[in-house]
Amino acid sequence: MSAVEEVVTEAPAVEAVPKRAMTLGVGTSLVVLAALVLAPLFVKNFIIFQMTMLLIYGLAVLALNILTGGSGQFSLGQSAFYAVGAYTSAILMEHVGMNYALTLPIAGIICFGFGFLFGQPALRLSGVYLALATFALATAMPQLLKLGYFEHWTGGVQGLVVTKPDAPFGLPMSQDMWLYYFTLAITIGIYIASVNLLRSRSGRAFMAIRDNEIAASAMGVDVALYKTLAFGVSAGITGVAGGLGAIAVQFVAPDGYTITLAISLFLGMVVGGVGWLPGSIVGSAFIIFVPNIAEGISKGLSGAVFGVLLFLVIFLVPHGARQVAIVAQQMLGKLKKN
Amino acid sequence: MELFTNQVLAGIATGAIYACMALAVVMIYQAIDHLNFAQGEMAMFSTFMSWQMMQWGVPYWGAFILTLALSFIGGIAIERLLFKPLAKAPVLTNVAGFIALYAIVNSVAGLIWDFTIKQYPTPFGSSPFLGSQLISTHQAGMIGITLLMLVLLFVFFRFTRVGLAMRAAASLPESARLVGINTSWMIALGWGMAAAIGSVAGMMIAPVVFLEPNMMLGVLIYGFAAAVLGGLTSPFGAVMGGFLVGIFENLVGTYIPGVGNELKLPIALALIITVLVVKPAGLFGRPIVKRV
Repeated sequence: MSAVEEVVTEAPAVEAVPKRAMTLGVGTSLVVLAALVLAPLFVKNFIIFQMTMLLIYGLAVLALNILTGGSGQFSLGQSAFYAVGAYTSAILMEHVGMNYALTLPIAGIICFGFGFLFGQPALRLSGVYLALATFALATAMPQLLKLGYFEHWTGGVQGLVVTKPDAPFGLPMSQDMWLYYFTLAITIGIYIASVNLLRSRSGRAFMAIRDNEIAASAMGVDVALYKTLAFGVSAGITGVAGGLGAIAVQFVAPDGYTITLAISLFLGMVVGGVGWLPGSIVGSAFIIFVPNIAEGISKGLSGAVFGVLLFLVIFLVPHGARQVAIVAQQMLGKLKKN
Repeated sequence: MELFTNQVLAGIATGAIYACMALAVVMIYQAIDHLNFAQGEMAMFSTFMSWQMMQWGVPYWGAFILTLALSFIGGIAIERLLFKPLAKAPVLTNVAGFIALYAIVNSVAGLIWDFTIKQYPTPFGSSPFLGSQLISTHQAGMIGITLLMLVLLFVFFRFTRVGLAMRAAASLPESARLVGINTSWMIALGWGMAAAIGSVAGMMIAPVVFLEPNMMLGVLIYGFAAAVLGGLTSPFGAVMGGFLVGIFENLVGTYIPGVGNELKLPIALALIITVLVVKPAGLFGRPIVKRV
C-alpha cells in the first residue's frame, strides 16, 4: 500500500482523446443534420416527442462529456443542474409569465453560476471523492426542492405544470413539431459552440488539465480557474437542457430529477464514447430506447435485460460509439484506396 | 445530556450497519481500485440465498457458513466471467459494468424471491442489551462481528503470505508480477473476499432493515460515505467512519429543528464533504503523495 502515486508514468483516469478526434467531419455532420431535419415530417407526434427528448438528453450528455472528456472531472450530480434549469424555466414561465424562449438563457446562466460555485469546493477533490461529492448533490436536490420554504414557488411535492408553446407566426405545425425544431436549433447552436470551445485556448487548457494537472500548471494554465470553469459550462448547458425538458414534458416535479437521471446521463456518456461529442446523441438514444426495449423483451426481468444489453455494449465496444465510428472510418478509407 | 448519550448510543447501533458495509467496500477498493456499485446488491443476493437455505431447514450457522463459501465462489466467478475481460478497458467503462451488474442482480432477485418484505432471523436474539433500550443484543452482536472481521482482516493482510501478496498486487502490480505474484488471481481473490464480507454484512443487516431486493440501496450509500469519510485505504477507518456517520445522522435528526427523515441524508453527506475538503484522504486514510 504505497502512498506515493506516480503521476507521470501512471495512465490518466480519463483517456486522452486528441481534439481532432472529438468531432465529426463536415460531410458526415451534414448527413446527420439532414436526417434530423427531415425525420419529423414522416412520423407521428409521439415519435416526434421522443426525438425531442433524444435531443434534450443528448445536450445533457454533451455537457457531461465536456466536463469528463474535456477536463477529466467526474460528475454524478448532473441531475441536480438539470433540475435547477428545469425549475428556473418552469417558475419563470408560470409565476412571472415570461416567454418560454427567454427563460432558457436565464436557466443557463443560473446553472452556470451554480456549477461554477459548486466547482470551488470540488477543486480539492478528485476521482471517487469528487464522484461522492457530486453524488451527494444529486441526492440532496429532490429533497431541497420539496422543502416547505420554497413551496410557494416550486409547488412542493406536486411540482408545477408548464404550458406547451404554440408555433409562432401562425406556422402550420403541431406543437410537438414546433418544439422539436426549436430544440434542434438550440442543440445545433450549443453543439457548434462546444466544438469551438474545445478547439479554443480554453479547450486546450481543459485537455492539458485532463492529461496531466502538474504539467498543465507548469505550462501556466490556471488549473483552479479552468476546472471550475469546466464545471460552470457543463452545468450551464445541462441547465438549458433541463429548461427544454420542462417545456417538452410540460411538468416539473422533484421526483423526476433523482440520482437515477444522473446515472442514466453517465451511462449515456460511456456508451457514446467519453470525449467524443457526436457520441452524445448515440448515448442519449441508448438511455431513452434501451429500457423500453428491455421492457418489451421481458416485463419481470427488464432490469436484467437492460444490464445484459449494457454488458454486451461495453464488451463489444469498450470505448463506446467512438470506437464504431473509428472502425467505420478506417474501412471507408480502405475502400477509397482500392 | 441523557438525550445526547442516548442518541449517540442509537447512532452507534445504526452505525454498525454502515460499518459492516463500508468494510466490504474498502476491501474491494483495495483489490481493484474501484468503488463497486453492485456491492450492496451482491450482499442482498447472498442474504437471500441464506434465507432460502433456512427455509429448506438448514440451521442458522450452517446456512451462514454455506453462504459465506458460495458468496466467495460467486465473487470470483463474477470477476473471471465479467470483469477480467474489462481489465484493460477505461475506468468509466468498468463503472458502467458495475451499474449493469447492479441492474441484473436486483432484477433477478426480484424475480426469484419477489418484492415482498420478509422477516430474517437473528442468532443473537433481540432483547435489550445490558438493560439499555437503545441497543438490542442483535445490534451488540453485529458490532462484535464487525470488530471481529476487522481483526481477522488485519491479521490476514499483515501476517499471511497471501495477504501480503494481495497488498503488493494492489499497490505496485508490475513489481509484484516480477517477484512471481499472480496479480490477476489476486484481483479475483479480492472480489471473492469482498463478496464474502458483503454477505456477512447482509446477514447482519437483514434482521434490522428486513429482507427485500431493495434493502441495500440506502445502506450502500451510507456505506460508501462511511468508507470515504474514514479513508478508502484503511479498513479501520472504514469501520470508524461507519460509526461516525451513524452518530452524525442521529444527532442531526435530533438537534437541528425542521430536519425530518428526508433531510438526514443530504445533511450527513454535506458534513462528510466538508470533512473531505479539509482532509482529502479521509480521516484515517494515508495521504497520497504525488511524485512527478
